[in-house]
Amino acid sequence: MTLRKTLIAATIATTLTSTGSFAADLDSLQKQIDELKAENSQILANLESTSDSTSYSSATTIGGYGELHYNNLSSDLNNSDKKEIDFHRFVLFFAHEFNDNIRFFSELELEHSVAGEGQNGEVELEQAYIEFDTSDTANIKAGVFLIPVGIINETHEPPTFYGVERNNVEKYIIPATWWEGGVMYSANSASGISYDLAITSGLYNADGVIRSGRQKVSNAVADALAYTARVKYTGITGLELAGTAQYQSDLAQGTTADEVSAVLLEAHVRYTISGFTATALYADWNVDINTTADSQNGFLVEASYKFTDKIGVFARQTEIDYQKDATTFVEGAAQTDVGINYWPHEDVVIKADYQMQNDDAGDFDGFNVGIGYQF
Amino acid sequence: MIYKILFTCLIIATANSFAKGTYQQPAEFVAEAFKQQPEPQVIWVKGELREQIENILQHKNLSKRVRYWKNESRSVWILEEIGKKKPITVGIVIDDNKISRLKVLVFRETRGWEVRYPFFTQQFNKLTLNSDNSLSETIDGISGATLSVRALEKLARIALLLNKTVQSQVSSK
Repeated sequence: MTLRKTLIAATIATTLTSTGSFAADLDSLQKQIDELKAENSQILANLESTSDSTSYSSATTIGGYGELHYNNLSSDLNNSDKKEIDFHRFVLFFAHEFNDNIRFFSELELEHSVAGEGQNGEVELEQAYIEFDTSDTANIKAGVFLIPVGIINETHEPPTFYGVERNNVEKYIIPATWWEGGVMYSANSASGISYDLAITSGLYNADGVIRSGRQKVSNAVADALAYTARVKYTGITGLELAGTAQYQSDLAQGTTADEVSAVLLEAHVRYTISGFTATALYADWNVDINTTADSQNGFLVEASYKFTDKIGVFARQTEIDYQKDATTFVEGAAQTDVGINYWPHEDVVIKADYQMQNDDAGDFDGFNVGIGYQF
Repeated sequence: MIYKILFTCLIIATANSFAKGTYQQPAEFVAEAFKQQPEPQVIWVKGELREQIENILQHKNLSKRVRYWKNESRSVWILEEIGKKKPITVGIVIDDNKISRLKVLVFRETRGWEVRYPFFTQQFNKLTLNSDNSLSETIDGISGATLSVRALEKLARIALLLNKTVQSQVSSK
């Protein structure tokens, strides 16, 4: 009996002791879990602040685009052909972020593969500017930059537009790619309205031949400057509505007795909804000169439809009146294009189109094929 | 005359104070999304999930893990994708597998600024993810801002995909 009592007492004592020890173990384990949790959070925080984002943080970036064209065209007008293959543009972008508010951007282009004396191509510095952010919604550019006009001039990477070759209105009237040296102030607002004001070097061609007037900021004569203003509205998704006015104070750059001032007015609208895009653009030069060059203008209308992310088709009509050279004025040069774009990757495009020109445009009919990329 | 115009431009420009393109700090965006903010969690991006994300991005995925905040059916994601040259930081709130808020928190690009305004971002509200990882509705683009628009679409799809993954992990436990 005494032994039984002793055994029961011993069992109770052991149980009580082990229960106390168990509780202590639990406390200890909980403490360790809390410590591990804290340690884990710290590790995660450290991971967040290191490795992954560093790949984006490089201050210097490169990019570029390029396009290879094949033209197979013939003209009954003077019984001539244009059958050629050309790496039309090879472009590299270099950019550098000095800090959050000051950056550099440049675009260096090799046209037609080979440059040099007697060669078809050219090496051109199309952009090289410093941009200063002055607020969340405004900045100033100083250097060589693209004139804010039209559609193609500022956005001309091949995957972004239809057609192997660029349209004639933005080649001869605007004249893209058009860059000048100077300073530009740009601002935008939550309503979707943005504007740009620029003072730049001017065109130089006393005969009023617009495309030939580009000095390309190469020892450019700066006797007379150009003043550009653009207003753009993109406040409704899918819509772009823009207008540019430019005043050239003297296309002769002081080389003639009378100044040859000129005004360019350009307007365009583009609306995209559910894969369908409609575009219309009009550009007009009024040149203060007593020749046929006094009025030069052109329009473009284009409709396109993107069936999927990979395939789209388009049809485009352009017509221009322009001073081709010092003695030739071309009136009513019209071209119709229809074609297809195929994007095997969002940054790579294969294009094919068929073009038809009227006699005033040279009567070159035929097809074009191209491949382009951007990165 | 020219100098007067230049001087006027500079005065207008410098009248604004210098500021970064940060419209909301990511931490503030997360805090706003919860009455009581949960601890951050991490999802590791590997295997099939990595492949799916790379298919959406159309390039290599640089993140090995993504931090997120989750409380019941709500999850919040802070993600980045390059538009043309620089990453755009976006905050996305998902409720019951639908986007309830998408906001551009930091915009570092020089073009495509339109994507940070509500007239564009409100298109993402209520969108879900299709079985092929596309969005349930088409996003209307902005002319001249194609790359920024594309970046935001990709981030919306990735957030929905990651949300689907973590929700399925919870339900299988």
